[in-house]
Amino acid sequence: MRHDHLITSKHLTRADIEAVLDRAAEIDADPDAVAEKYAGSLLGLLFFEPSTRTKMSFETAMKRLGGDIVDMGSVESSSVKKGETLADTVRVIAGYADALVVRHPRQGAATMASEFVDVPLINAGDGAGHHPSQTLLDLYTIRENAGLDDLSVGIMGDLKYGRTVHSLAYALAKFDVHQHFISPESLQLPREVVYDLHQEGASVREHDALEDVLASLDVLYVTRIQRERFPDENEYQKIAGEYQIDLETLEGAQDDLTVMHPLPRVDEIDPAIDDTDHAAYFEQAHNGVPVRMALLDMFLGGERQ
Amino acid sequence: MSGDDHELRVSKIRDGTVIDHVRGGQALNVLAILGIDGSEDEEVSVGMNVPSDRLARKDIVKVSGRELSQEEVDVLSLIAPDATINIVRDYEVASKHRVERPAEVEGVLTCPNATCITTGDEPVTSRFDVLDDGVRCAYCETIVRESIAELIDSR
Ligand SMILES: [Zn+2]
Repeated sequence: MRHDHLITSKHLTRADIEAVLDRAAEIDADPDAVAEKYAGSLLGLLFFEPSTRTKMSFETAMKRLGGDIVDMGSVESSSVKKGETLADTVRVIAGYADALVVRHPRQGAATMASEFVDVPLINAGDGAGHHPSQTLLDLYTIRENAGLDDLSVGIMGDLKYGRTVHSLAYALAKFDVHQHFISPESLQLPREVVYDLHQEGASVREHDALEDVLASLDVLYVTRIQRERFPDENEYQKIAGEYQIDLETLEGAQDDLTVMHPLPRVDEIDPAIDDTDHAAYFEQAHNGVPVRMALLDMFLGGERQ
Repeated sequence: MSGDDHELRVSKIRDGTVIDHVRGGQALNVLAILGIDGSEDEEVSVGMNVPSDRLARKDIVKVSGRELSQEEVDVLSLIAPDATINIVRDYEVASKHRVERPAEVEGVLTCPNATCITTGDEPVTSRFDVLDDGVRCAYCETIVRESIAELIDSR
């Protein structure tokens, strides 16, 4: 990869993305080949915001490579609580570990943190900003299910605050993909993201109803609409209800529609869909480990240029 | 053009900087960028809405005893893209140049995004990329097109 750090999917080329996905596929096919490859290496996990899933997935990936982790622990129990800056924390942990994974509630946190360390740093979410390793596992899942070219992908839900959505949109812009964004008006994609996608020459359309576009989709990526975004509970109920899918919703879809969700879900996807061929969200979650193994392999293995 | 009628409306200075062809109404923002609020002993004269051939109405700012740094000039370009900078030594214009838009500006604007890492307590200097039609935070990527002057860090 071209960069020392993985901060945003925006800076990844199509070739970078394909290199990670190809490596993930190799590892997925033969995990034993890398089982001891990073024995003695340490990955630093700095989660300034809770995320059991992403954190466990990185932890599992590192251990499956034979390495180990050092974990800052929860914010409540760490020196951060006492007012230590992110800059100081990353400088200290970078002295212990061979690579860092950072999640922080502020946008731009990973960019700033990377300026203070000389080990590879992976952004595991910076506020409403980016979450590129999630994007890579999303792309891996899309490629396995539908390929990555000549595709129509619908992305639905909270597009405004959803960093996974922004990261995914930037990455899909590198491929021959028609992107359809489906959300209530108040949760539309940030104008900055739309601006960037247009700059990239991406095919982007915005909709407020899934039915306007469902029949043409190969992939439907559903995200959660968070209750706390709405001051009024009734308003939330009204909007959230319109962006839930069940078997009836999918009657209008192609037979081979792939339904994805970055999880955890609440009630966006009816569990009745779990048993259909549409459901790819558990597979998507499982793909987090081989994709993160591939990433760590590339960053720890000195394949960076 | 020290003999220019319009320039006579603000007094001549012995040593310092004359910022001419500032867009009408932007003179006070120029002072803000330069961190001039009258608390130091610099002598400042401002001409506002002076008729101009090049701009319909222009502002002029004269600062005695201070030569602007390139960095300050770069930042001025964000709000006064047509400005000319005259460095005056012993009543003569020693050098005269137009402002140029830099690729980025550091440490002069505050990000308007309250959740941006640069607005927290971190030891980080704000940095903005300069776009054709605005500026963009290099950290959180927020784009600002209007009211850039409002982001000027009060020093
Ligand atoms: Zn910012």
